[in-house]
Amino acid sequence: MNLLLASSPHQHNKRTTGQIMRLVLYALIPGIAMQTWFFGIGTLIQIALAVSTALVTEACILELRKRDFERSLQDYSAVLTAVLLAISLPPFAPWWLVVIGSFFAIAVVKQLYGGLGFNVFNPAMAAYVLLLVSFPLQMTQWLPAQSLAQYSHNWLDAFYTIFTGYSQDGFSLSQLRLGIDGTTMATPLDTVKTSLAQSLTYHESLQLPIFDSTVSGLNVAWSWIAFAYLLGGLLLIRQKVINWHIPLSMLVSLFAITLFMALVDGDRFGSVLFHFFNGSIIIGAFFIATDPVSASTTNKGRLVFGAAIGLWVYIIRTWGGYPDAVAFAVVIMNMAVPLIDYYTQPRVYGHRERSNKKEAKE
Amino acid sequence: MQSAFEDVMTKLNAKELWDFPGGIKPEQHKQLSNQTPIDKLPLPERLYVPLKQHIGLEGHVCVEPGQHVLKGQPLTKSMNPFAVPVHAPTSGTIINIAPHVAAHPSGLPELSIEIASDQQDQWIPLQPMPDYQQRGKMAILGAICDAGISGMGGAGFPTHIKSSPKKTVEFLIINGIECEPYISADDRLMREHAWQIRQGIDVLCHLLEPQAVLIGIEDNKPEAIEAMNVACRENPRYQICSIPTKYPAGGEKQLIQVLTNREVPSSGLPIDVGIIMHNVGTCFAIADAIFSGKPLIERVVTVTGQAVHKRGNYWALIGTPVAHLLAHSDYKAIKQKHPVTIMGGPMMGFTLRNNDVPVVKTTNCILVPADRELGGSITGDKEQPCIRCGACADACPASLLPQQLLWHAKAKELDKAQDYHLFDCIECGACAYVCPSEIPLVHYYRIAKADVRIEQQEKQKSDKARERFERRAKRLLDEQQAREEKHRLAAEARKQAMAQQGNDAKDKIAAALARAKAKKAQLADNTEQNTTANQAKSAAVTQANTPEQQPSDTPSTLQGSADDRLATGASANDRVQAAIARAKAKKASAALANDKLNAEATLPASGTNAPSSQNIETPLPTESASARKPSAVQAASAEKSKEKPKNRVDASKNTNRVENEGIADEALPKASVSNPLDEKQQKIASAVAKAKAKRLNNASKAESSQTKAAKPDTDENKAESVRAAEQIDSSEDDTQSDALNAKKQQIAAAVAKAKAKKAAQAAEKGE
Amino acid sequence: MSISIALLAMAALALIFGAILGYAAIRFKVESDLLVEQIDAILPQTQCGQCGYPGCKPYAQAIAEGDAINKCPPGGDATIKKLADLMGVEATSLDSAHGQEDVKKVAVIREDECIGCTKCIQACPVDAIVGAAKQMHTVIADECTGCDLCVEPCPVDCIDMLPRPNSSAAWRWQLTPIDIKQVS
Repeated sequence: MNLLLASSPHQHNKRTTGQIMRLVLYALIPGIAMQTWFFGIGTLIQIALAVSTALVTEACILELRKRDFERSLQDYSAVLTAVLLAISLPPFAPWWLVVIGSFFAIAVVKQLYGGLGFNVFNPAMAAYVLLLVSFPLQMTQWLPAQSLAQYSHNWLDAFYTIFTGYSQDGFSLSQLRLGIDGTTMATPLDTVKTSLAQSLTYHESLQLPIFDSTVSGLNVAWSWIAFAYLLGGLLLIRQKVINWHIPLSMLVSLFAITLFMALVDGDRFGSVLFHFFNGSIIIGAFFIATDPVSASTTNKGRLVFGAAIGLWVYIIRTWGGYPDAVAFAVVIMNMAVPLIDYYTQPRVYGHRERSNKKEAKE
Repeated sequence: MQSAFEDVMTKLNAKELWDFPGGIKPEQHKQLSNQTPIDKLPLPERLYVPLKQHIGLEGHVCVEPGQHVLKGQPLTKSMNPFAVPVHAPTSGTIINIAPHVAAHPSGLPELSIEIASDQQDQWIPLQPMPDYQQRGKMAILGAICDAGISGMGGAGFPTHIKSSPKKTVEFLIINGIECEPYISADDRLMREHAWQIRQGIDVLCHLLEPQAVLIGIEDNKPEAIEAMNVACRENPRYQICSIPTKYPAGGEKQLIQVLTNREVPSSGLPIDVGIIMHNVGTCFAIADAIFSGKPLIERVVTVTGQAVHKRGNYWALIGTPVAHLLAHSDYKAIKQKHPVTIMGGPMMGFTLRNNDVPVVKTTNCILVPADRELGGSITGDKEQPCIRCGACADACPASLLPQQLLWHAKAKELDKAQDYHLFDCIECGACAYVCPSEIPLVHYYRIAKADVRIEQQEKQKSDKARERFERRAKRLLDEQQAREEKHRLAAEARKQAMAQQGNDAKDKIAAALARAKAKKAQLADNTEQNTTANQAKSAAVTQANTPEQQPSDTPSTLQGSADDRLATGASANDRVQAAIARAKAKKASAALANDKLNAEATLPASGTNAPSSQNIETPLPTESASARKPSAVQAASAEKSKEKPKNRVDASKNTNRVENEGIADEALPKASVSNPLDEKQQKIASAVAKAKAKRLNNASKAESSQTKAAKPDTDENKAESVRAAEQIDSSEDDTQSDALNAKKQQIAAAVAKAKAKKAAQAAEKGE
Repeated sequence: MSISIALLAMAALALIFGAILGYAAIRFKVESDLLVEQIDAILPQTQCGQCGYPGCKPYAQAIAEGDAINKCPPGGDATIKKLADLMGVEATSLDSAHGQEDVKKVAVIREDECIGCTKCIQACPVDAIVGAAKQMHTVIADECTGCDLCVEPCPVDCIDMLPRPNSSAAWRWQLTPIDIKQVS
């Protein structure tokens, strides 16, 4: 009688890659719900488009690579990438934008590098950067939150706008973007950046209607979305899906530098709250920078990785050409991951120094 | 760096502990088996006792098939300190000593002793040592070693070696952690035999004299902690430490870290940080050995898993087949789609190839899971790509980076894997347990480790092969040079001779005639000078060669071809002929032996052949020209025959030739593989022959002073006999394949010598 | 005038650099033998001659002088990879003209058939066969490199090349059962 042979350990905890990816997706739900609430059904349409494109692309390429795509699709990594990309795009962005983006994310950034686990860059963010650089106009056409918009829109409008460029009533996307004051609305970050460029002070720009919250420097919609993502992120840490290192170090480094700069010159540099709850800092810290494949893998390395992202975000936001910078910061730091990993190896049990490895290399 | 003894004790007294990084908390499943007391098993029909059940060497078998053994009788013994004996687990008959499937993940067969139980279970007389405190430490260690005790926790390190450290022991740690899920053997043992475990600890304390004794038990075994507390109550030095349940807290290095915050240096031992650790099972076995004299022949084995119905702990004799254990715990393999038997726990145990594998000293658990009980990798290949989530690094108790290791191990970049401290991996399996991609990480590390070890072995082997190859090449080169040198010298000598004699030497017939003449002359002269005698032999060689159609060949080749004929033909006729020839030769050999030995006696005994042949040659020019040619041939032949024995390592068997050529001393070192007895005989023989030769030499010297001319008829006789002798001698050399033949030959030679002496005397008289 | 200055300057520079280069060539000279030694250390030392050279050292010499690195079947891909690393060239697959990578083997003499002709002893490149004329020969298994060279000279074909036996010490954790291939 021959028995089945296997190598130890024979026991296994029940959490698989697919389950981890699904957990991340669940944790995104509150944020997506908020985004839909404030910006309309467009986000969901984008998600649907992105996910279907991503899955088809992944299946095709795996087929070309003669891999078992059915099993690979079950790991939900493509779905997660697509969802992260879709929620970063303007809700009413034209359909081809998201299709190009998710195709690029899966085909080029992920599969050309060898598929899951081998990609150097975060696929969603690399695709976002590509789209931002290639189609800057479409990528910045964020709508004002429903409460601020001049023209209201329903879910059919979202469909029409995404696929034809015009709403049911024939409004173009630029018209839909008009705020109640008749000016084109942008994201809060964009607004402030433009104002600062027009030699307004930071405090003056906060008087603009987009900052509709009772708390100075906040936009109701963006703040709520950020809170929702924060909730999801904390859930992930609690479930031990992600480690606390990257989010914490990223937020702490951003906090430190914004606080310092705001204290130095409050007229030119935004406050801590302004930076944290406008734009994609929270989702970036909890969902994007923590992408396991392209992030640092040692705990010390994660701290460095997160802190450096925080720093880059602030630098690009403040002095760079783009209003938001999480995607750029993440992609830049992805490149540095091998270096960080190499120099942040933990001290192994029974070894006094880490240096004997370097000596061996000599 | 390492925490001082006082700090450790202060913290321990305050009931505080350290922690180790990583670790996992798998489901325990200990309730399955730890509810019932340890049960006895009926005696199995057959027992298979592997010779090697521990780290180290196996002993020599000291029993034989068919022998009846008593329970506890040693089956192996060895003087090597790293060998631990094994004992008969019950009384019965030894059926077989043959390879049997081993308790090793490979399932490869290893030498085992098969015993058929006689169901009597009769002990050999036991020799307890209750007064151990009055005995010397060596006596106690000896008793522990003789009882066959090796570590019962996992690795199986010989206990007596661990218990005789060279350094001072600060902590003696008793490991009762049993951190692997499912296993409860140590748990039950502590609950039921805490007293005896304490006795074992007493013995260890006597041996090791530690400053503190710490007994570590995981906090999921409150009954065991209580039992040990009661047992150790009267000795306040023994401190029972309740360790938080976390896998792999029972790992030696991890437990040391938890209790003392010290780290065993990489590739070091716990004693390097002043710690010795023993398993509770080992303590129990030590107490058994010292207080009742029983060797280690049984141990507690947990039989568990949802596929067995009577789960629990059993006293299993070492050598009991797993099938026997399972049969007594109601296991039905047929009901399973994928029957699996795991020896050890679910984290570090290994699957068995079949259930005939015997229980060994390190077997603590037999786990038979139901089809879906463990999940994960066991039901097939579910490996997915690594997503670099780092869960493995978080779980690793040694702070390794498992995914980097995996990367390099998979790519066979063994150097880089070692840079990432591959060999500090304790193979606990925590990384593979948490891996969401279900990558069997530990399996890859094991392969990489095995590859590294094999590569090192191969490196060693290839270095040795290189050295041997180079030595051989150098030797061949040296020989060639020496040969060329000799040819050159011979040629020179010939040239000189020709210059003296003129061109007529070219004439072959003349040369042949001259040679024949020279032979006669030499034989005549053999009483005159030793060197001449030697030449006579060479002349004979030349002659002997001619009929073989190998004029340029040497005696050794000749003898080779003759032997070939003998061996391949092997007809009785040939043999008879050979025998006759040999008999003749023996007679004749006397003369030859005299000649040769004379030559040898004058030459320096330690000199190699090269100087000897030169010695022979140098006086030549002063002699007659006809004598020179053969000498050149002889030089060549001597050289060849010198070369041959080198190739043949057992040249020592070619006694006569080697000896006659005077290079026995050179050949002897090569002969180390041959029977030393033969060598000795040869030496004696050669010594005797030398002595005789000396005497003969003296005689012949006396002779030579009398006259230089010899009777032609005697000489011719002699020449003939010499020729025959050479021929037969050489063929004889090879047929004596054993000492008996050699002896016979020696006797024959002696007889022949005696005869030769007589002949010499006759010749003297004739003159 | 300016041209001559330029020429002078160029010449001066050339001299200086030449001197530096010359000095560096002497100062940092790499012993050429060292490379042969390094290559030799990588080769498996079976001394089988399958590469077409009489032993590993001559092949190492040949590689150092530019011969292909893929002629060593006993070393197989692992050796080629290491040689490629050392020589800074692309690792190619084994040249099948020189044979296939095979399992490690050891020569075994069927001793009752041996006639004691010593031919295999002379063929063995590492002196791993002992015996004398007319005496049975045997292989020192530990020293045998499995080079195959003794098989050919044997007049009675009593030498077998057997795969080295498995032992649990040299086990590479192959858990899947070994496929049995039908060899025609």
